[in-house]
Formats: sequence, structure tokens, C-alpha cells
Amino acid sequence: MKMLINVPEKVVPDALRGMAVAHPELSVDVENRVVVRRDAPVAGKVGLVSGGGTGHEPLHAGFVGPGMLDAACPGEIFTSPVPDQMVRAAAAADSGEGVLFVVKNYTGDVLNFDMAAELAEDEGITVGKVLLQDDVAVTDSLFTAGRRGTGATLFVEKVAGALAAEGAPLEQVESVARRVAENSRSFGVALSAVTTPAKGGPTFDLPAGELELGIGIHGEPGRERRPMMTSGEIAEFAVEAVLEDLGRTGPVLALVNGMGATPLVELYGFCAEVHRVLGERQVPVARTLVGNYVTSLDMAGASLTLCRADEETLRLWDAPVRTPGLRWGA
Amino acid sequence: MSEELDTGFFADWLRAAAAAIDREAAHLTELDSPIGDADHGSNLQRGFTAAQAALEKEPQDTPGALLLFTGRQLISTVGGASGPLYGTLLRRTGKALGDAAAVPLPELTTALREAADAVAQLGGAAPGDATMLDALYPALDALDAGSAPGDAFPAAARAAAEGAEATVPLQARKGRASYLGERSVGHEDPGAASTALLFQALATAYGEGA
Repeated sequence: MKMLINVPEKVVPDALRGMAVAHPELSVDVENRVVVRRDAPVAGKVGLVSGGGTGHEPLHAGFVGPGMLDAACPGEIFTSPVPDQMVRAAAAADSGEGVLFVVKNYTGDVLNFDMAAELAEDEGITVGKVLLQDDVAVTDSLFTAGRRGTGATLFVEKVAGALAAEGAPLEQVESVARRVAENSRSFGVALSAVTTPAKGGPTFDLPAGELELGIGIHGEPGRERRPMMTSGEIAEFAVEAVLEDLGRTGPVLALVNGMGATPLVELYGFCAEVHRVLGERQVPVARTLVGNYVTSLDMAGASLTLCRADEETLRLWDAPVRTPGLRWGA
Repeated sequence: MSEELDTGFFADWLRAAAAAIDREAAHLTELDSPIGDADHGSNLQRGFTAAQAALEKEPQDTPGALLLFTGRQLISTVGGASGPLYGTLLRRTGKALGDAAAVPLPELTTALREAADAVAQLGGAAPGDATMLDALYPALDALDAGSAPGDAFPAAARAAAEGAEATVPLQARKGRASYLGERSVGHEDPGAASTALLFQALATAYGEGA
């Protein structure tokens, strides 16, 4: 498989060097792998810190900036960052008001962020934590690692970031983050497998004419494979899966997210189908975001995330944001 | 008098482990592809290589300090779940060994078992979940049954390898493979496979030193 890289081992630092030159408003520490708002720590503001494996761009480093994250730590491809990075990010983001760790529920992320929280607290930094587990494709039971964190991460980083920008204290920022997390559900499909630089080829075999339902964002295959479906049929399946778990709901925030290799024209078509199905289910859509935001390298496919949205959530969603990956009103 | 294992032996073990992981990295990544995210080999390779480089700069003078130092290096360089899990295994073993200059086999076994329990607790896993524990605990049982390193280490290596193979029919209940549910059946757990390499290295290091 051809890839636009130098060598597989340097993919992450090479990308960080690129971010550094493209975004002078960010301070990019290539060696220690931490991306921080250049004006951090912002006086009187709670710091928002996230991180995770690389390969989901623009998540997370692309969401660093006013109105969203203060710092992000990118790990290796699809691999959680290490505690050292997280502690460094927390120290850079902390103005004395504490920091909130936004953590996606994967075994590695949880273990490393837990270790980092302990170390940061040893350094006198107050740490709050919110865990994202929005993927309804995973059965949450004692027999799995629990639901994965996927698209809802963007909602949490945006909404909690906006509240932090208003100067709210850590408990409030943590509580709104938790509310958004608890009110969000996602479901993803893959039309092709993903190619990691380490492997150089697809991580699983998905024959032509088939799709994988309930995929994660790391090239993990899904729970079920079916003959290829139309965009409308996929929308029905995804909306059904999400609503079945979310339950009755008023207005929602909707994220129609591309996995990396699906063109925007297809995503918009899919978005139309998602709106149609939601309309048929009498679910009003308050806001819609379409694009590649929580990706999985070169995977083709899409995910749908819905968040039950109250007025405060919508107000914070609409607040100004200025990051490489998401910007409006600022 | 029972034979004691000194710092030189533990350094040989870690070197042999790094070499084995280097050699088998592609295979570990291959095992991680159908049920995980295809990076187990490259992640451990990066960590063990970095730990060897750090040890060259800062040699440690007791078995305990050596394992503690290496465990910290793994936590700081591997990432994912493997970093904290393998890092904790070595760090806790090192901590349990204290500052003794040399260690008899029963003490090493006790220290490893304490560390294994810490790993199980950290990962929230139990034997039979198709994880590294399925190679680790059988290896410790073999160490317990052995009378001297010369027979205990090869027996532990065999037990770990058999334990790893025995994960094939199991349904994964922890880590990324668990997302697959029943579809994880039929695959060897990559973490169990890399644990088997550590015990193989233990036997190799001892055999070459003898």
C-alpha cells in the first residue's frame, strides 16, 4: 500500500513538525509530543487536556485552541500516549484552576491517564476526568473492555471547552462534560479496512461488496458483516442502533463523521438520509456537523453521533471556537 | 545452598527479551491485526529498545533496581495498554526484590507472582479472559514447581508458550479484542504471545550464561 510518508517509525513526529509550521498559534513540542495553545495557561481558566492514539485527526491536536482544548498529547498510531506526555500537558494547561482530562474508554488510554492523574496531583495540579464511552456497537458488560469512546469526544471537547472559556470552575466544567458524554451515542460502519504504517497493509480483510457494521476507530473489525447496503439503508441501521440505546429524545446535536477516506459528497448524501430517518422518528435535529473529525487513518465509512441537547449545551455548542480542526464565530 | 541470580543475569535476561521481541515484532503485530490494531510488536519493540539504550547510559547495580528502572522506561515509552501492564510487571517485581545483590529462585517467583497480581488488578482481568495472564500464571506455576533455575526456567518457557496457544479457542474479555465478541475466538492473544517470549528469554539467558 502506498503511503505519503518517509518511514513508518517517523509518521507521528513528521506530522507534528507539519502542525508546528502550519499553526504558529500552537506550541508544538515534537520531541515530547505535546501540543499546547501558545497562550496557555490562560489565567483564571480551567485547562482542558485530551490525548489518544494518532490516526484520528483532526482529533485531538487539531482541536487545541480558544474555545476547545488547551493541550493534547498524541500517542503513536492508534496507541495511547504515555503518562509523561499527559503530565507535561497538564502542567502547561494548568493556571491554578485545575485541569480536566478528556479520556476515551480504551484500556490503554484509561490506564495511562489514571497514572498521569496520580502523578499530576503529586505535582499539585487538581485533575478532573471525564470518560467517553458512546459507541453502542460494543456490548457493555463484564465481558468486554466496555464501550469505546468515539464521536462524542468532539461534542465534549467543544461544549466543555466553551464553558471553561467562560471561566467556570472545574466542578462545573467536569459536570457539563459528563452530561454531554452521558447523553451521546455513536455507531460506525466501515466500507474498507484501515492501513496502519506499522503493518503497511489492511489490518483486516473486507471483501468487495461487503460492509462492516459497528466498527471502532482503530481498524478493529465490527460485530457483524453484511452485503453492501445503500446510504439510506445504512442511515436507517445507524439511527436505529443509536436511538434504541439513547431512548426517547428531544432535539439532538448530530455529527455525521467521515472515517477518513469517504468523500464529503457521500457524507452529505448520508447526512440527508440520517435527517430523513430522524424526521420519521420525530427526533428534531438542532445542529448538524458534517465532515472528517474523528477519523481512522484511511478507512472508508462513516459514523453517526447524536447528543441529546438541552439549551445550555446548544448555547455552548454555538460559542466561538478557533482551532485547526473546528472554527466558527471567532 | 541454592543458586542465586545476580544483576548480570537479569541484565542478560532483559537483553535476551529485547532481542526476542525485536525478532518476533512482525509476528506479534500480525497476531494483533485480525483482533486488535496491528501494533503490539512495534510498540513493545520501541519500548524494549529504548529501555536497553537507557540502561547503557545508566547501568543499575541490583536486580531490583534494574527491573524497576526498566519498568519505568516501558511505562514512559510503550504507550497503549501494554506500556502500563508490562511496566507494572517489571516495576513491581523489582520493588519486591528490594536491594538484594542476588536473588534465589523462590524469591524471584514470589516477586513475579506479586507483580502478576498487580497486573491482573490494573487490567481488571482474570485468567481465561484471553490476555497476557494466560501465559503469565502457568509460567509462574512452573517456576513454583521447579527446584533450580536450570529446570524451572525452561519449564516456565514451555508453560507460557502452551498458555499462549491455549488462548486460541478463548473469547477475549479484555482489551480491544473484546469488542469482537465471539469473533475473537480462534486467535492467539498477542499479549500472551509476548509474555511467552519473556519467559523464553529467561531460559535462553540462563542457558547461555551456564
